[in-house]
Amino acid sequence: MSRLPFYLLTGLLIVAGIALSIHRHVEFEVPWTPGEKRQVWEVEAQVDFVGQGDPVIVDMALPGPQQGYRLLTENTASSGFGLSFLEDERGRRAQWSIREASGPQQLYYSAQMLVAPQAKRPDTPPPKLKKLVWEPPFDAAAKQVIERAHQRSADAYTFARELIRDFTGDRQGENVRLLLTQFEQVPLLVKLLNEAGVHARQVSGLLLEDGRRRQSLTSWLQVYNAKGDWVLFNPYTGEQGRPENLLLWEDRGEAVLDVEGGSNSRVYFSMIEHNQPAAAAVRNQLSNDTLLNFSIHSLPLEDQALFQTILLIPIGALMVVFLRVLVGIKTSGTFMPVLIALAFIQTTLLTGLIGFLLVVAVGLVIRNYLSYLNLLLVARVSAVIITVIAIIAIFSVLSYRFGLNAGLTITFFPMIILAWTIERMSILWEEEGPKEVLIQGGGSLLTAVLAYLAMNNPWVRHITFNFLGVQLILLALILLLGNYTGYRLLELKRFKPVTES
Amino acid sequence: MGILLNNSWTSPKKLKTKGIIGMNRRNIRYIGRYNDRHLYPLVDDKLKTKLLAHEYGITTPALIGTVTTQFHVKHITTMVAGHGGFVIKPAKGSGGKGILVIDHVDGDAYVKPSGHHLGREDIERHVSNILSGLYSLGGSPDVAVIEALINFDESLSEYTYEGVPDIRVIVFQGYPVMAMMRLSTAASDGKANLHQGAVGVGLDIASGWALRGVQFDRSRQDHPDTGHDLASLHIHGWTTLLELAASCYEMTGLGYLGTDMVLDRDHGPMLLELNARPGLAIQMANGEGLRPRLDLIERQTESRSPVERVAFAQRHFARRGELEVTSSAPATAELAQTAFSSPGNSL
Repeated sequence: MSRLPFYLLTGLLIVAGIALSIHRHVEFEVPWTPGEKRQVWEVEAQVDFVGQGDPVIVDMALPGPQQGYRLLTENTASSGFGLSFLEDERGRRAQWSIREASGPQQLYYSAQMLVAPQAKRPDTPPPKLKKLVWEPPFDAAAKQVIERAHQRSADAYTFARELIRDFTGDRQGENVRLLLTQFEQVPLLVKLLNEAGVHARQVSGLLLEDGRRRQSLTSWLQVYNAKGDWVLFNPYTGEQGRPENLLLWEDRGEAVLDVEGGSNSRVYFSMIEHNQPAAAAVRNQLSNDTLLNFSIHSLPLEDQALFQTILLIPIGALMVVFLRVLVGIKTSGTFMPVLIALAFIQTTLLTGLIGFLLVVAVGLVIRNYLSYLNLLLVARVSAVIITVIAIIAIFSVLSYRFGLNAGLTITFFPMIILAWTIERMSILWEEEGPKEVLIQGGGSLLTAVLAYLAMNNPWVRHITFNFLGVQLILLALILLLGNYTGYRLLELKRFKPVTES
Repeated sequence: MGILLNNSWTSPKKLKTKGIIGMNRRNIRYIGRYNDRHLYPLVDDKLKTKLLAHEYGITTPALIGTVTTQFHVKHITTMVAGHGGFVIKPAKGSGGKGILVIDHVDGDAYVKPSGHHLGREDIERHVSNILSGLYSLGGSPDVAVIEALINFDESLSEYTYEGVPDIRVIVFQGYPVMAMMRLSTAASDGKANLHQGAVGVGLDIASGWALRGVQFDRSRQDHPDTGHDLASLHIHGWTTLLELAASCYEMTGLGYLGTDMVLDRDHGPMLLELNARPGLAIQMANGEGLRPRLDLIERQTESRSPVERVAFAQRHFARRGELEVTSSAPATAELAQTAFSSPGNSL
């Protein structure tokens, strides 16, 4: 039988596992290590307007996907208003509506933005050029301003920079001053750029600063070059590039706020920065449920906690397979060590070990006495379970009296593990002697401790919980180990005498 | 040997040259490939094996009776009455677990080979435990099988302590490939399990003469309790025994099989039990790896009868002993062949 399909399968599992993990890391910025903190901005927009007793439609731009930030969650508060989120060529917008509103009104929108350096903005086509008819004498002035900047530039970006410089400080000439009497600076710049054949638009951004309240949006220039790449310019200084702390709120050249049926409309922003553990930030990520995004994080928190433990079992299983197939350690029962290790996670290692040894030792003594009573096996096992409960109860009470709270956690040991271990060990003792009990019991405990150390590693916990692809890799590894026909480590010792002669 | 005391590890390469098979290889390459799982019950249930062997005309120890329900546990003493010694074993036990040997009955007391006396209730409890599945794989309910005690060939009594020495033959695709004798010791409490301290003696497939002895995985020249030299150990009726073992392949259909045989004083070679997952200590006892022999068998395409397979194995796997010869010892294989013609009690 050809082994090729087997290797193809394991290879496929590994590739799929790695691809899924990398996808999750890149696409959802799930960090590889658990300790990482993520910077999250909580931004709140407050829309004020005065209603005049007529139907009102409030249309506000919302931050869309963009470079440097990722939207985690968003909330609105607007009593009595209908609300819908729109997404069209004007970008993401929220629309509040009400049949009748009079007097001052307030609407709230808040968003959690994750600082994500890898986040990319989606490709949007550059805006259309708007050719304008300039009235004299502005046409001549515009022409001269464009001419002057054009001469001192090489491409769209340098042109925009020179143009903005001509608007600032000493370089502000007659022509510019004339134009500024008629137009506002930023729309004027867009017009001039368009006139010169450069795609550009005015966008609104929010400069993020921790703990600021009643902030307004600032205007920025987006300039496209021939290839369709764009660069952000500060329209007042000519500075090129996006400042680190700039969150683009409206990036389609549209109005930020549009209120129909209201007056004195304004929008203010307040913001708070906080650091969240990466895992929490990941959890808050808005999930659009695709197959690739298949995630435990969409489950209720309670089930997530359960899964966090369940997903560790393959790690323990891998440990057991490794120790048995490659090392050759004897354990009593195949996966009992994993169950013991799971109990250790609840009790912590030291109390778990001490408790386990105490209960099993006392249980062995009692079970030894029970075997003298000449009982049926079922009755004896049941009696062992009850005595185990009694032993645990006594240990818990004693340790509590002595002020050792740790003793109480022995109760996390499933009854059946302890009873079963005692039963097995005592049979082993009778049949094979105490030496075999030490070998198998010690092997089980050693395996359990190693499995516990592997499973309780924060790094491992983080990886197994956040990257489901890792489970495929583990499966492939276990399959490969199951295919290993070589010698076990301990066999090198066992078969030593044969090689001597 | 002493030079290497602090270095008690060998290298995988050395083991490979020696042809030693490890657990992983045994499990995947031989048991996994040649032993169909659905055939396991034939060997895991000793009662089934016994009935099947009867069908195929293979001798096994006489069956005194079986106990299948707790209700019948009380009848055990009447069942064994009249038989001198008997053995109680779980039908689905493994590794010799739960086997109780009673050498003879002395009034109300049942005497173990060690001289230890047991009462009637001890026997009943043991049977009851067997029925509850204490010794069976996975704890499933079991049946107690009571067999007549084997009167083992007394030529072997100097090589064993308190127990019946048995002969393990590994049968691969019907060919006997390697054999050893397991001698119980005081350390093994009269049991013939190597990991409990029984002595394993490698046997030459061609002649049935002892090759080499080990206890606790270290080589030995003599029996630790009787002090008798292992070199003079020879199995009478060797070829018959091998043919018996080889025919277990047809009987069970298992490709990789451990057959446990005993030599009865009156009935000659007998099948004691079969094992679908035989251990690897036989390599230690023989001082040789199984792999070259298994590879040779795997290359065979001709189909042969059990007798032909035994002859093939005897031709290809003949070996000279490593034990220090002190007194009477085999010079050639011919001598061994003549020894075969006089089986039975040669005391």
